[in-house]
Amino acid sequence: MTMTSGTTTPGDSIGQPQPGSWHARGLVASARGLAFCGLMLAETGLWLALAIEVTFAVLGVGLLPIPATLLASRSLATRTRQLTGRWCGVPIPDPYLPPPAAAPETGPETGTGPGTETGQPSFWRRFGWLLTDQATWRDLLWDLVDPCVGWVIALAPAALILWGLFGVIMPAIWGRIVQVGGNNWYAFIRVDSTRTGWLCVPLGVAFAALGLYAAPWLLRRYGLLAATMLAPTRTAELALRVSHLAQTRADAVDTGAAELRRIERDLHDGAQARMVAMGMTISAAEQILEQNPAAARALLNEARDSSAKALAELRDLVRGIHPPVLADRGLTDAIRALALDSPLKTEVIGGLTGRPPAPVESAAYFAVSELLTNVAKHAHAQHAWIDLRHERGLLRIDVSDDGQGGADAARGTGLSGIERRLAAFDGILALNSPPGGPTVITMELPCGLSSPKTSSC
Amino acid sequence: MRVVIAEDLFLLRDGLTRMLQAHGFEVVAAVEDGPGLLAAISSERPDVAVVDVRLPPTFTDEGLRAALQARREIPGLPVLVLSQYVEQLYARELLADGSGAVGYLLKDRVFDSDQFADALRRVAAGGTAMDPEVIARLLARNCDDGAVGGLSPREREVLGLMAEGRSNAAIAARLFVTERAVAKHTSSIFTKLNLQPSDDDNRRVLAVLAYLGQ
Repeated sequence: MTMTSGTTTPGDSIGQPQPGSWHARGLVASARGLAFCGLMLAETGLWLALAIEVTFAVLGVGLLPIPATLLASRSLATRTRQLTGRWCGVPIPDPYLPPPAAAPETGPETGTGPGTETGQPSFWRRFGWLLTDQATWRDLLWDLVDPCVGWVIALAPAALILWGLFGVIMPAIWGRIVQVGGNNWYAFIRVDSTRTGWLCVPLGVAFAALGLYAAPWLLRRYGLLAATMLAPTRTAELALRVSHLAQTRADAVDTGAAELRRIERDLHDGAQARMVAMGMTISAAEQILEQNPAAARALLNEARDSSAKALAELRDLVRGIHPPVLADRGLTDAIRALALDSPLKTEVIGGLTGRPPAPVESAAYFAVSELLTNVAKHAHAQHAWIDLRHERGLLRIDVSDDGQGGADAARGTGLSGIERRLAAFDGILALNSPPGGPTVITMELPCGLSSPKTSSC
Repeated sequence: MRVVIAEDLFLLRDGLTRMLQAHGFEVVAAVEDGPGLLAAISSERPDVAVVDVRLPPTFTDEGLRAALQARREIPGLPVLVLSQYVEQLYARELLADGSGAVGYLLKDRVFDSDQFADALRRVAAGGTAMDPEVIARLLARNCDDGAVGGLSPREREVLGLMAEGRSNAAIAARLFVTERAVAKHTSSIFTKLNLQPSDDDNRRVLAVLAYLGQ
């Protein structure tokens, strides 16, 4: 199982050339072209339906079926995008704006109009959302262009192959064609004898070969044509990016605020309370110092213990804010320190030559820390491995274990919490944990490395 | 006994100085940064150095680095490192040269000045004084391979107390057993860790090293 956020998928296999011989590939590609032609039929039907609906709407019947049709066009386009990614090697991201938030249920007045027509307050918002999204119109354009132009490209390989086969069997069938008075031209050859019939065979083979050979190439052209209309425009890309950033920023701010609240609470209930108790104990000791030195000594002992506990709590708190070893030594050594502290036998492989920016370092450190805790708690593992490296502008950390596997990001909030925090840095997390193990969790964070700090001694 | 102190906070430096003087140590230098520590060690040649991990100018592990460098220049120089937090990683680095005479304690341990002075004397005499918190985290590990994996739980406990720097008598008192029983455990530990009988103190250091290095 893999879950990802962001725009890249680790180990992306989309767009890889299919294995097999060239004619097998050609045959597969031409069959896929035919399948695209099937989608074109649906697109044509969709336009017909839309035309009828708009006509009826103008006649006053109502707008109700139009959004459903637009959504159907959307799902057709989405299907095409998936297929061009899988078949043509042209992955096309979804261009749609996020749907409107569910309408607040405050009463009928939230819906515009008298409400006689629809009765559901969210109808107009949904309709507006569909109509104002540029992608809707581009989808419709594609639904029109595809059956008009796309079929030429998509059908060409299959047509060439069939036409070639027709040429190959020409010596056997030319007589019948002439008999029924059909067209006896095959390309530029006029077939009127067995000899001319045989001339068609090499030509037919050449046509079929051309069809097979060109099929993958043509399929890719088809994918590129689809991308011109189905891919997000620059504006839509930016809009999607903005909404992603707004989401991750909100998450980051929430996380930060929650952290501050936790720190405040920890200080208030922990160290602060202990200091107060300490002060009271010391003043009590002061009062009885003369009459009962032994009891005063006991109280002072208590105050000392209390100060030690306050220190221990402050230490834990500091570790949770910014671990000193991370500040001192950077990520590689901080993760080594984590590995040493883990109850499991944990091995650290690799390392970094420089230091990532401090916030990235901190996010990566806490992610690894949490993952190791998870492994120790849930995985029933003996060993864990942490692989740490930086390549092509990506900080990549693999945390794997030899435990029972079956980890699921959907259950429990741990992994999705880590994922959310990494998303603030455009980082991603991928989980691979089949039942029975092993579990591998890969994290990637785009970042640069600063040159290693020059040691002062 | 001549001591050099490196601590950047004036209050703590002053407090440490007075406490050590009260316990009969002679504080020959009290410096506030890493370079100062190195200079004081090479000029004063103290019997032991007390060093805070975090020191100026970098305010990272400057003190630890300076201590390690001093020990490279003067092998076996007794060093007691103090810190607000302890890391096994740092403990290993301090012990890595195998020559002992190393202490690594939380700053809280100075609260009990008698124990702290004891620890400092042990380090000066070539022993170790690992903080109980380092040992507690080692004990929390449940991996069972390596030489240390062959030790019985009791032997591990003894080894942990040994790493803290306790004598057989102190270990016996802690575990409510006789000193002879502790001696039996320690010799069994040495055998299992394949440490040849030589200088007993050095064997204790090597055993602790094996323990931390598991």
